[in-house]
Parts: sequence; structure tokens; C-alpha cells
Amino acid sequence: MSATAPTLPDGHAQDPGKRDFLKLVAGFSAVIGVGALAWPLIDSMNPSGDVLALSSVEFDLAPVAEGQGVTIVWRGKPIFVRHRTAAEIKTAESVKLSDLGDPAKDADRVKAGHSQWIVLVGICTHLGCVPLGNKPTDPRGDFGGWFCPCHGSQYDVSGRMRHGPAPANLPVPPYAFMTDSRIKIG
Amino acid sequence: MVGLHKSEFQNPVINWIDTRLPLFTMMTKEYGVFPTPKNFNYFWNFGALAMINLMIMIATGIFLAMNYNASTAGAFDSVERIVRDVNYGWLLRYVHMNGASMFFIVVYIHMFRGMYYGSYKKPRELLWMIGVVILLLMMATAFMGYVLPWGQMSYWGATVITNLFSAIPVVGEYIVTLLWGGFSVDNPTLNRFFSLHYLMPFVITGVVFLHVVALHITGSNNPLGIEPKSEQDTLPFHPYYTIKDSVGMCVYLLVFAVLVFFVPDYLGHSDNYIQANPLVTPTHIVPEWYFLPFYAILRSVPSKLGGVLMMFGAIAVLFVLPWLDTSPVRSAKFRPIYRQLMYVFVVDVVVLGYVGGKPPSGMNVVIGQVCTAYYFLHFLVILPILGKMEKPLPLPESISNPVLTMGGGPLPGAALAKPMEKI
Repeated sequence: MSATAPTLPDGHAQDPGKRDFLKLVAGFSAVIGVGALAWPLIDSMNPSGDVLALSSVEFDLAPVAEGQGVTIVWRGKPIFVRHRTAAEIKTAESVKLSDLGDPAKDADRVKAGHSQWIVLVGICTHLGCVPLGNKPTDPRGDFGGWFCPCHGSQYDVSGRMRHGPAPANLPVPPYAFMTDSRIKIG
Repeated sequence: MVGLHKSEFQNPVINWIDTRLPLFTMMTKEYGVFPTPKNFNYFWNFGALAMINLMIMIATGIFLAMNYNASTAGAFDSVERIVRDVNYGWLLRYVHMNGASMFFIVVYIHMFRGMYYGSYKKPRELLWMIGVVILLLMMATAFMGYVLPWGQMSYWGATVITNLFSAIPVVGEYIVTLLWGGFSVDNPTLNRFFSLHYLMPFVITGVVFLHVVALHITGSNNPLGIEPKSEQDTLPFHPYYTIKDSVGMCVYLLVFAVLVFFVPDYLGHSDNYIQANPLVTPTHIVPEWYFLPFYAILRSVPSKLGGVLMMFGAIAVLFVLPWLDTSPVRSAKFRPIYRQLMYVFVVDVVVLGYVGGKPPSGMNVVIGQVCTAYYFLHFLVILPILGKMEKPLPLPESISNPVLTMGGGPLPGAALAKPMEKI
């Protein structure tokens, strides 16, 4: 902007700073306007009301025998529910935290008083495959839990990552015991 | 021509790109300094508004398609789900729905502008014809879009319009079966309409590009209908017309917002909220308002093939309009009789639209027939003869002359000085 301020026909001095200010205000208003217009379009891609309404499922544990695992669906994802044997619980509890890649106590991954039940999101934390191991005939890896066929990750009976390339343990979904034999996930 | 472009941009990054792909130079040439007649009135907003409307339709349409289910079993429910459950789905749908109406309002005014000010005359004949192609594509797109919600009006509209082709002698029935992909409007029809409805806007975008290229070859017409003679007669497009278009855009968006937020279903038909039923035709079926004049022409002719031919003829006649109008003078401003007849023509089309929305009985039929006759009379008889008979008013010497003498006071200094600088 020039240093000299020319005079307008009406006698006022022309202020170059005013023009810059107006340009900036107009520009920012346009950006805010476009953003406000874009938001409904983008937000329409988020989960809709009917999808959110289906975000919890209940499950009856009674038919699941000791040592058996079942897969149920919650929010379109497989959920592993496994009835662990006393030996398995003992192994899971006795693992030293220093041996774990993603240290977590077994007690923190089950509900108090229900340590025979482990509930996990059955999606490998590596790249999203569903690990094998729920069926007795499946390979369960070296730690008796789950084995991911995609890239060889292994999990123990607590769903903790024991062998890579998975970076983390299988997550525990939010759930609660409604009665001793009934859980609600989500 | 091979070789790098000599870019005049100072910014090194822009310069680097512009040297290899002169997009910035092109945009500056076509939308920055583009010499535009300085006497535009607000009718010249409507091209830009149509462009904005097309972008709004494509943007909302893409996001609606993400939640739409193109099957006879799911289409109606998926549209209701969009309105009730999808985040801002109500907004997307109502903008898209009323956007179609806004598009036709804008384009019809744009066409009126072209006819009133003789914008279709030499050398802009091809520009006008490309515009008519866009209108046809828009009509096809709007029609197929209206079928997608799979309501009663959707279904029966699709049935009636596709049956138009059955009027064609010998092959008509085969063509209709081909269009349907079956023996009635059904799932295959809905699927292909969705596919084509998604495709067409991009075809329209391509033809709009040609429309704009042709426009930038001939330059814009203006309310006086005379060519700019010197730099004195033009202004750079930016900022003069970007600003003027923005003013029009605000008014356009206000009207649009009133429709979307206060009366979203005002221009629609309540029967389309009843799911399609192939066994029951609604008692009174009408197309969307923007097709009503053509629908009235269709119904005015008591012959199946005749009605269809007249209806398509009503649009086909627009293609040859540049040669039907024999007057060398463009603007109605200087054609006293044409100017009056232009208003009569508008009333004629509005009345056609009105009777097109009424049940086809009694006086409505007679009025429809008279107006249909006048519609074709205007193009095929009046325009060719009037151009030879009418004595036009004297044309001004240049655009600047009447602007300076008839306009309210002198122009601000910058407006006059700017075009001189950019030679």
C-alpha cells in the first residue's frame, strides 16, 4: 500500500488500511459461510439416529458351557464371549506384567466376581481381521487365546496381545451384568 | 502450440504451476479482467445463479445418494429415513428438492432474459442452442430425480412420461419396454433412473462448460443489445460483476431459504408421501410445476402422437429461434411491438402452466388449446413476420452514450479509468 493517502472527491482521505480490513472481513465471512454450509453435508455421514438407536445388545450367558466361546454381533462388530476354565483363569492371572507388550491385569479386563467370563471386541488391533480361537477346532496360538490368520498376531485367554504385529490388546467393550447370567453390551 | 507459458504471476509457487499449466492465467483472463459490458442489469445475474444452483444440487445429491436405497422395496423408506434419522438429512433433502424448483425458476428467468434482449441472435446462436440442450438435460434429470422417492406421483409420473414414447409408430412399444427393463415401471426402471440421475448432472456440467466457453468467445450481450465498441463500454468482470452477482446471490439464497425452512413441501405434491402402488392411480396426477406448461400442451391435443409431438415441439422450436426471429435488432428496448408481445408470450406460458395443473375438463381444455396455439403462433408466425414489419427505435451509438446521458449522474472515476489501464 502506498504511503501517501490520496483524497477522495468528498474530501475524506483514502485509508488503505480500511480496504485491507474490508477484504479480510469479507474473506473470513466467506470462509465461515462455506464452512457452515459444508458442515451439514459432512455431518450427514456420521451415524444416523436409527444406527445409534441400535447401539446395545443383551446376551444370555447360561447356554455357554465352560471352555466354550461364542461370537455375537454388536454395532456390526464381532464380540467374543468366552467361558474360561479355572486353569485358564489361573494362567491369565499369573502372567507377569513385564512379559506383556501392552501390560494389563487380567482382573481389570473382567468384571469382579465374574472372572470366568471374558468379553472382547473380536477385531485384531493390527488391521481389523477377526482372530480365530472361539471354536475349539480353531488354532488358538501358543497362548491358548486367539490367533489372527491375517498376520499371525496371538492373544492369550485374557485377550492380551502376546505376539505381534498387533500393537495392543483386544479391547473390552462397555458391558454390564444385568443378572449373573445376562449381560448388556453397549 | 508447444512450449511453456510465460506467466506473469509474481508468487513463485503460482508462477511454477502457471508456467506448466496456465490455469491461473486462464482464470484471470476469463473471470478477472474479462471485459464485460458495463450496462448489465440484474437479469444478467441468472447465469451465475444457475451455476451456483447446479453446484448446490450436485453437493446435496452426492450426500443424499450415500443414504438412498435404489430398490422398490427400500426407496420410499430410505427417503423417510433420510428426513427423520440421518444427521441434517431433512436439510439435504429439502435443499435438493426445492433446489430443483429454484433451478427451473432461475433458468426460466435466464431464458426470458435471452429472449427479451435478443441474446440468441448472431453471433450467439450456438450459445443459445447449447443452452437449450442444457434445458433438455435438466428436464430429464429433474424427471428421473422425481421418480426416486418412489411415492405415488413418482411412480405414475414415471409411467406417464415413459409411455409418451409408446406414441411413436411401430417401435414405440419396444422402446417403452426397453426404458422400463420390464413390462411396467419396476425395480429395473428405478435402478437405471438412479444411475442416470447421478450421471446427468455431470453431463450438464460438461455442457455448461461449453456454454461458458461459447459465451467467452462471443462476449455477453447486454440490455441495449449492441456490441461494446471500445474499452469505454466494458468493465473487468472482477470486482464489478462478481459483486453484482453476489448481491443477486443473496436475494436468491433468501428465496431458497424461505422455501426450504418454512414451506419445504409447498411446491411438491402430498400424494408423493404415499408409497408407490402400481394398482391404484391417484385421482389427479400432475407433474412438478416446472413441467406444467408443457404438460398443458400435451393435453391440449386430442391425439396421442400429436400431443407428444407438440410437447417436444414446444422445446424443439427454441433450437431454431435464432432463425425464426428475423429482426436485426436484439433488445426489446428498441422493438416496441416485440416488447409488448414478449409480455403476452409470458402471460401465455403462465396460463398454460395454470391450466396444466387443473383437471382437463370444461374451460381448461379450451384455454389450454388457445394458449398452445398462441405459443406456436408466437414462434412460427409472429416472430418471422414481425422482424420484417416492425420499425425499430433508433439504436444508441455505443453503450457508453446512453449510460452517460440517460443514467443517473456521472460514473465514479474508477469505473471509467479501470478499463483503460488493462490494455
